[in-house]
Amino acid sequence: MSPKKLNLKDKYKLLTRDLDWEFSYEDRKEAFPYEEFEGIKITDWDKWEDPFRLTMESYWKYQAEKEKKLYAIYDAFAQNNGQTNVTDARYVNAIKLFLTGVSPGEHAAHLGFAFTGRQMGGIGARVAAQMQSIDELRHIQTQIHAMSHYNKFFDGFDEFNHMHDRLWYLSVPKSFFEDARTAGPFEFMIAIGFSFEYVLTNLLFVPFMSGAAYNGDMATVTFGFSAQSDEARHMTLGLEIIKFILEQHEDNLPIVQKWLDKWLWRGYRLLTLVAMMMDYMLPQKVMSWQEAWELYFEDAGGSLFKDLERYGIKMPDYTETIKQEKEHLSHQAWWIFYQYTHAAAFHTWTPTAEEMDWLSEKYPDTFDKYYRPRWELAAEMEAKGERFYTTGLPQLCQTCQIPMAFTEMSDPTQVSYRESIYNDERFHFCSDPCKSIFDNEPEKYVHAWLPVHQILQGNCGGGGLDKVMEYYHLDDGVANLEFEGSPDAERWKEWKGVA
Amino acid sequence: MSRVQIAFQDNDESRYIVAAIEQDNTTAVVHYEPAMIRVENEGSLIINRDTVSEQIGMEWDVQSLHINLITLTGHIDEDDDYFKIMWNN
Amino acid sequence: MTIRALRDDYHGEFKDSLEKFGGAQLVYLGWDKHQMFCSSRAFPLPPEMRFQELLDNVMPEAFGQHPEFNQIDWNKAQWILDNSAFQPDHSKSLTELDIGHKSLLRLVTPELTGYKGAGI
Repeated sequence: MSPKKLNLKDKYKLLTRDLDWEFSYEDRKEAFPYEEFEGIKITDWDKWEDPFRLTMESYWKYQAEKEKKLYAIYDAFAQNNGQTNVTDARYVNAIKLFLTGVSPGEHAAHLGFAFTGRQMGGIGARVAAQMQSIDELRHIQTQIHAMSHYNKFFDGFDEFNHMHDRLWYLSVPKSFFEDARTAGPFEFMIAIGFSFEYVLTNLLFVPFMSGAAYNGDMATVTFGFSAQSDEARHMTLGLEIIKFILEQHEDNLPIVQKWLDKWLWRGYRLLTLVAMMMDYMLPQKVMSWQEAWELYFEDAGGSLFKDLERYGIKMPDYTETIKQEKEHLSHQAWWIFYQYTHAAAFHTWTPTAEEMDWLSEKYPDTFDKYYRPRWELAAEMEAKGERFYTTGLPQLCQTCQIPMAFTEMSDPTQVSYRESIYNDERFHFCSDPCKSIFDNEPEKYVHAWLPVHQILQGNCGGGGLDKVMEYYHLDDGVANLEFEGSPDAERWKEWKGVA
Repeated sequence: MSRVQIAFQDNDESRYIVAAIEQDNTTAVVHYEPAMIRVENEGSLIINRDTVSEQIGMEWDVQSLHINLITLTGHIDEDDDYFKIMWNN
Repeated sequence: MTIRALRDDYHGEFKDSLEKFGGAQLVYLGWDKHQMFCSSRAFPLPPEMRFQELLDNVMPEAFGQHPEFNQIDWNKAQWILDNSAFQPDHSKSLTELDIGHKSLLRLVTPELTGYKGAGI
């Protein structure tokens, strides 16, 4: 008689849950030393429900299949000189920002999930976190592979890893993940597993990647969607973890709520980069940041929070502010990079007349009133041969580390300034949520590595901007500055036979 | 009731999965976006192994969904013969 | 609680305290309703610097690129220091004026409404 084929549930049980063991002669608490300090109470890990019943065996099988498909496309892309088929060389700058700003975050997530995959006491959660850790490693690898092809033809890719620890704007994603990774395992899961993966990564990987496809970038859309198919699994892990924690003990609710309030904001601020990538960096637009936000956060996230209401979870108080900021975010962000592009590893540019009309149409209440004049000023200066590069170094928010560029939603021409005094020292913030995150845990943020302050302390090469550029490994006049006239732009013209 | 959604890479396998979804979820709305197909439905959405197998003309394993999946929302209920997403509100 | 950590006595080193700036103090300068500059700026300044020197030497570096910069009437300019109205004596030093380390000093010029009157 041939052995009976196991059904999905049995197979999952045997190949996952049964991998655990009892602690008969060792103290369980010593095996999981980080499980209690955050104040989360877990009474029964067996109540953990796995949404995807994926065993390690099937995991490898499907991941291998995904990889084969992905690499076949990379090969095709490279063999067919895919870099010449993107809509415009300006587009590639979005991908530079992706490699320098996003990909190292995948690696940070890999380390973070390896940590939680070790530290959580329940086997179901551990296996899921372990798979996710491997996924995240796969993501940074596939992203580096995809972009190594662009690296052969465009500037600004080659030093991404060196830059990640140094470049001013890259401290934004870097500090975000370090904040999460230096928390305990449960906060990490709520921070990255739930808030980031579930609520926010769709905004990065779905509409932006669809945009990559629309702009002829086959390699990026493919790694993006391939990564996001892992994210679909991560999202369900994030949702499971939050439900599980809340169901375990009522004392967990206020802790989880506080983490949500913190991490949804931290993640949202991080996505500022994506907002400007979508609205300003894609030559061929798919949807505006605002539309993406409405679809993936307000609509999908709204349904999610409605479901979490039964546990007593509330949408964070600042949701109204976010709702208003969606009409401003990308414009304010691109303006920062436009004027500081001399110290960035990608090029920026003034939007074309058609692009500005698209922005007016998508942002009828804000673009013409607040932002079009900025670009008119920039164009005026450029016409005089004085392309606007600003002087001095920006003041940064102590929490999110973004320049203090965000404005009051009650008066969008007024910068939003917040401050706290802690142990007789003054700290500055871009917003109420960034301030309250600091106020809740000042000891965690007083030692933030703020790039501007580090430069001024002489810790970034010392001396002037030229030394800082050396410290960044940023070739002046090559990878930075205005797009028009850049080596990238010149090469592109040559390929296309344009004078 | 809240809407659930699921998105697939736009390719030859997904085409049949989406056809199966449309067959089994008559109220589902299908959006074709660059390189992806996004399907929305009120409350819940089910993918049945048998319907997909029928559409695709061979035996289809529910877990191979992972290969072309881009994203989804809602709680998941997965078994040998179906895959379901839903909201409880 | 100032942090939730494995150790209750966890303490973070202040990364930007005064002594780390080699004798200078940090001052942030902003010009309200002049969004040409995407954000306020950070400057390391000697604490004994007189306010007049700040006007003469630092302000042009901070905001001199703005088309309205030359129209500023420094005698009529209004100031906000650390979120409070502030009337500086131009002959006094930063220390004497209580402009401290990491203070935020905002210039307000209601008669100058920015590029195209749009607060830029």
